Amino acid sequence: MSDRILGGIGILLAAFYIWQSTLIEESFITDPVGPKTFPIIIGIVMALASLVMVLKPDAEPHWPQFRSLFEIGLTVAVMVAYTYLLPLAGFVIATIFAAGYLSWRLGAKPIESVLAGVCISFGIYAVFHLALGLSLAKGPLGI
Amino acid sequence: METLSHLADGFAVAFTLQNLALALLGCFLGTIIGALPGLGPSNGVAILIPVAFTLGLPATPALILLTSVYYGAMYGGRISSILINIPGDEPAMMTTLDGYPMARKGQAGEALAISGIASFVGSFLATWGLAFLAPQLVNVALLFGPAEYFALYFLAFATLGGVSSRNQAKAAFAAALGLGIAMIGVDGQTGVPRLAFGNVHLYEGIDFLIAIVGLFALSEVFVFLEERAAGTGLDSKSAVKLGRVVPPVAMLKETSGSMIRGTILGFLAGVLPGAGASLGSFMAYSMEKRLKDKNSTFGKGDPRGVAAPEAGNNAAAGGALVPMLALGVPGSGTTAVLLAMLLALNVTPGPLLFTQKPDIVWGLIAALFIGNVMLLALNLPMVSIFVRVLMIPTRFLMPIVAMVSFVGIYGISGSTFDLMVMIIFGVLGWILRKYDIPLVPVIMGVLLGNAMEVNLRRAMTISDGDWSILVGSPLAIALWLLGIAGFLFPIVAGRFFRPPQPIEDRVAEGD
Repeated sequence: MSDRILGGIGILLAAFYIWQSTLIEESFITDPVGPKTFPIIIGIVMALASLVMVLKPDAEPHWPQFRSLFEIGLTVAVMVAYTYLLPLAGFVIATIFAAGYLSWRLGAKPIESVLAGVCISFGIYAVFHLALGLSLAKGPLGI
Repeated sequence: METLSHLADGFAVAFTLQNLALALLGCFLGTIIGALPGLGPSNGVAILIPVAFTLGLPATPALILLTSVYYGAMYGGRISSILINIPGDEPAMMTTLDGYPMARKGQAGEALAISGIASFVGSFLATWGLAFLAPQLVNVALLFGPAEYFALYFLAFATLGGVSSRNQAKAAFAAALGLGIAMIGVDGQTGVPRLAFGNVHLYEGIDFLIAIVGLFALSEVFVFLEERAAGTGLDSKSAVKLGRVVPPVAMLKETSGSMIRGTILGFLAGVLPGAGASLGSFMAYSMEKRLKDKNSTFGKGDPRGVAAPEAGNNAAAGGALVPMLALGVPGSGTTAVLLAMLLALNVTPGPLLFTQKPDIVWGLIAALFIGNVMLLALNLPMVSIFVRVLMIPTRFLMPIVAMVSFVGIYGISGSTFDLMVMIIFGVLGWILRKYDIPLVPVIMGVLLGNAMEVNLRRAMTISDGDWSILVGSPLAIALWLLGIAGFLFPIVAGRFFRPPQPIEDRVAEGD
């Protein structure tokens, strides 16, 4: 069933893609093929592949339970928050939170994960910024 | 003996203090990356590309660093296969079959030594193969026009699915997805924006480095999170005792034939488009078993069952560099990632690279020879260091992987938008893996999509809009037929040629 759903989504996506491709504006510079043709071919391939998935689905994949899905959703939210926090708080502070959260969710004990966050953050800062000279996000504290 | 004089020039390029230091660093990092379950050659190299790129290394040193990581990861994968029965990366899967039983019998040290030597034999001979075969392939590639290149790309996509997926429709879907993503952005030939939905960030297209890091590295973090939440994750397995890391001479003699046979098969599998190192080690092991398993000792700790697949996967790693360097068409996930790095450095592989920038090619090949010797030294006497690294639990390793991914992508552009795109690719990669849709065709599509379209349009401009030019030469027709055969063959006979499902799901994607 999952494959059928994915195939259905794939067909819709392909249709949307082909429709969008036909809307590409032609420029005054042209070549025999033009900018539309290749995207349309790709869309057709995708539609055909999706159709096969609908007609001949594989065995059901092992879907995670709600708890795991929730876990992943929460982690995505934390990562998004992290990208917005980077320019505001600076690399070191933002990374302590993000790395600490990740290691906590991957099974570290609370104190352990705080330590992990601090070590990972300062470790990366030392290796990549101080030693290798990579530019990292700067916050109000200058780190 | 043109090759030898080129090679001598290459050694002159590689023998600078900086390049030697980078090769050593790469070998060391690579072995660690290969040994850690969850980090393999493709995602390991993937998170290091943006870093090498933002460090501003010139093309040759950057290439030396990252190919050393690639070779090192191929060596390192065996360590966790043997000691804890979890392959460090996908190609090392076959090594678990006899490596772990050897370790259980108290022969962990011997297994590590034999597999280390087998790795050396495989990659050393394969590097010679690369040095001699790649220039020959370049001579063929010089005959290619745009139409032939278009057919070659088709061949690459059609055969790629054959091995990496159990379902050709899904492989085709993955390729279309990647190609579709590559189309986003301003069209290079006519200057019109395509599929960007008016978003200025998308006008430049989606950077393939972001796609690669998201799909390969970040999705790994999600896989581990899911396992952890479901409680299926296996925590620290106790590693076995090492014993002596010196192989007995008798064992070396016994396995030398297996190493040579494994090397030849692995190299061939590596050169063929779409096969890659996993197939190389699989074929090497199956053939060895068929030939030598007279007392049914295979699977119970036969050293030949360790030597053959290790020689095979390392030889395949060298072989896979042949089409990548000579044609610009990668044959496996990791070489696709290496291609991404070359493109990021503004180096376009292919026949022109050999004629115009021979120092890059031959410097790289020389560096591979040097790296091999370094890896042998790192992997025999110093293997216990890497064994200790294996003890890092995933709850600390995976946050590091995630944070280094962010650091690398942030370093390229400093843009929040790029980081968001990376997260989206991370989630996409996780979903695709759940569906058993291979990630490598997606990456290849993103990487090669524009080149494929450019060649199509060039061919059509030459023929003034006549589509028959695509099958206008015997070479092109041969490439099309090979591609079609390569796509259909697995559907008919795939069962017999496919590596078995990974035993554990926590194997790094790609090879």
